[in-house]
Amino acid sequence: MSEFAFTEHALSTWMRGEGQDSDIVISSRVRIARNLRSLPFPLVASEEQAGQVRELVIEAAEQAKEDLGPMQSVPLDELSEIDRQVLVEKRLVSPMLANESQEAAVVLSEDESLSIMVNEEDHIRIQCLYPGFQVRQAWERATAVDDSLEAYIDYAFDDRRGYLTSCPTNVGTGLRASVMIHMPALVMTHQIGRILSAVSQVGLTVRGIYGEGSEAQGNLFQISNQITLGQSEKEIVDNLEGIVVQIIEYERQARSRLVGESKIRLYDRVMRSYGILTHAAIIDGKEAAQRLSDVRLGVDLGWIDGLPTTLLNELTILTQPHFLQKTFGATMNTSEKDMYRAQLIRDRLVKSKE
Amino acid sequence: MLCQECQQRPATLHFTKIINGEKNEFHICEQCAREKGEMIPGTSGGFSIHNLLSGFLDFDMAGKTHTGGTPQAQQLHCEECGMTYAQFRKIGRFGCSSCYKYFDDKIDPLLKRVHGGTVHVGKVPKRGGADLQFQREIDALKQELQERIEKQEFETAAQLRDRIRDLELQRSQR
Repeated sequence: MSEFAFTEHALSTWMRGEGQDSDIVISSRVRIARNLRSLPFPLVASEEQAGQVRELVIEAAEQAKEDLGPMQSVPLDELSEIDRQVLVEKRLVSPMLANESQEAAVVLSEDESLSIMVNEEDHIRIQCLYPGFQVRQAWERATAVDDSLEAYIDYAFDDRRGYLTSCPTNVGTGLRASVMIHMPALVMTHQIGRILSAVSQVGLTVRGIYGEGSEAQGNLFQISNQITLGQSEKEIVDNLEGIVVQIIEYERQARSRLVGESKIRLYDRVMRSYGILTHAAIIDGKEAAQRLSDVRLGVDLGWIDGLPTTLLNELTILTQPHFLQKTFGATMNTSEKDMYRAQLIRDRLVKSKE
Repeated sequence: MLCQECQQRPATLHFTKIINGEKNEFHICEQCAREKGEMIPGTSGGFSIHNLLSGFLDFDMAGKTHTGGTPQAQQLHCEECGMTYAQFRKIGRFGCSSCYKYFDDKIDPLLKRVHGGTVHVGKVPKRGGADLQFQREIDALKQELQERIEKQEFETAAQLRDRIRDLELQRSQR
């Protein structure tokens, strides 16, 4: 057994909650970028300086523990390669922190809804992840954590430019707020392209579920603000919320239109996917994501009983390549992964019906 | 076609460079391109957001001066971490918080293009940010004062004036 709690369960405790509109919005996330005033950014920091940063931030989190609650500090260089990737697949750290950063660490809350990344692109990245549509709540928590850390850390801040960050795209508030939305009906009715281009015209951006550069899988899209300077945090959160409320409405409309116009075809698609997931012996990650999306839609429409959406969230993470290895404790090639993946999905879905 | 540099490997990269309005065509192989330090989108690590950002900066330079990067701009550097402005333009990221100060008058166009604005209006740290909070409150009151005067609401205006004086006094006594 590992000394670090995060490797034990696929589902962080926070994901067991449901949250508002959780049939369409899977999760809400806020991250804020902060840097120490006195040390160079990770990009140019020496190993020694990066080490200092790590010490200072972990110490500050330790001192702030009354506000933060129980936290565990995890130096990434003490983890195996697989455990590092598991952190990424659970979205607790970014791929950059796991793969490219020196003296990297993450400070995790017990329920894993709060993670503080150390020595990513910036010295500090505070991240709050909540289930369902709760951007505002996530922001309130993140800003409180920010205040607690600030009591012990001198932040790089400038009256005119705000919080200074390594990349000019984050300067100002350092705030990136995002929601992960499941939009199968908008994809099926080919409206997604229009929605996404409209979204980009109001200062928001769309990514896959693992952030910058990742592909949208299983009809899951991450929508986040682009602008961090010249808008207040409240404006940023309000703007995102306002747009997401509309997208939720469009998705609901598209779903009811699909049900109205081609119910039997949609039902067939959902049940086929359900059949495949409960019987297939080999399934790759992309197909699994797509089938899970269909089944999720079936659950939302009340066609599949007794399948909690939290199980679907769990399967999305459990079927990621490194988590599979973690679960079955073996190094495996791609086709073995596809077999284990199929087995795992089958077991979980059948067990939930018993 | 052979690479025009080494004349050995086949030319796999074909591009046109326009410098000071002078057009030059290049047909070279990837290896020579890398050796020459050419920035080619889609190769060596891919085209990232940072390349895009540095593209903005190059654009701004081209608009202002007739030679892409002036020698002066090349020498400009951050005295804290040593990053030169040329490096910043290339990687699109700052080396430390002081870079913002040293490159200050260069980055407005970039920030405007990325964010639309150049001035922070959001959260301020509790420590060290108090001055700014005073300033913001005073600015807001002054603007309201102006409006009241225009509307000839002198009584309210007088109250505002006193409040501003109080705040300025408080600030100077800190």
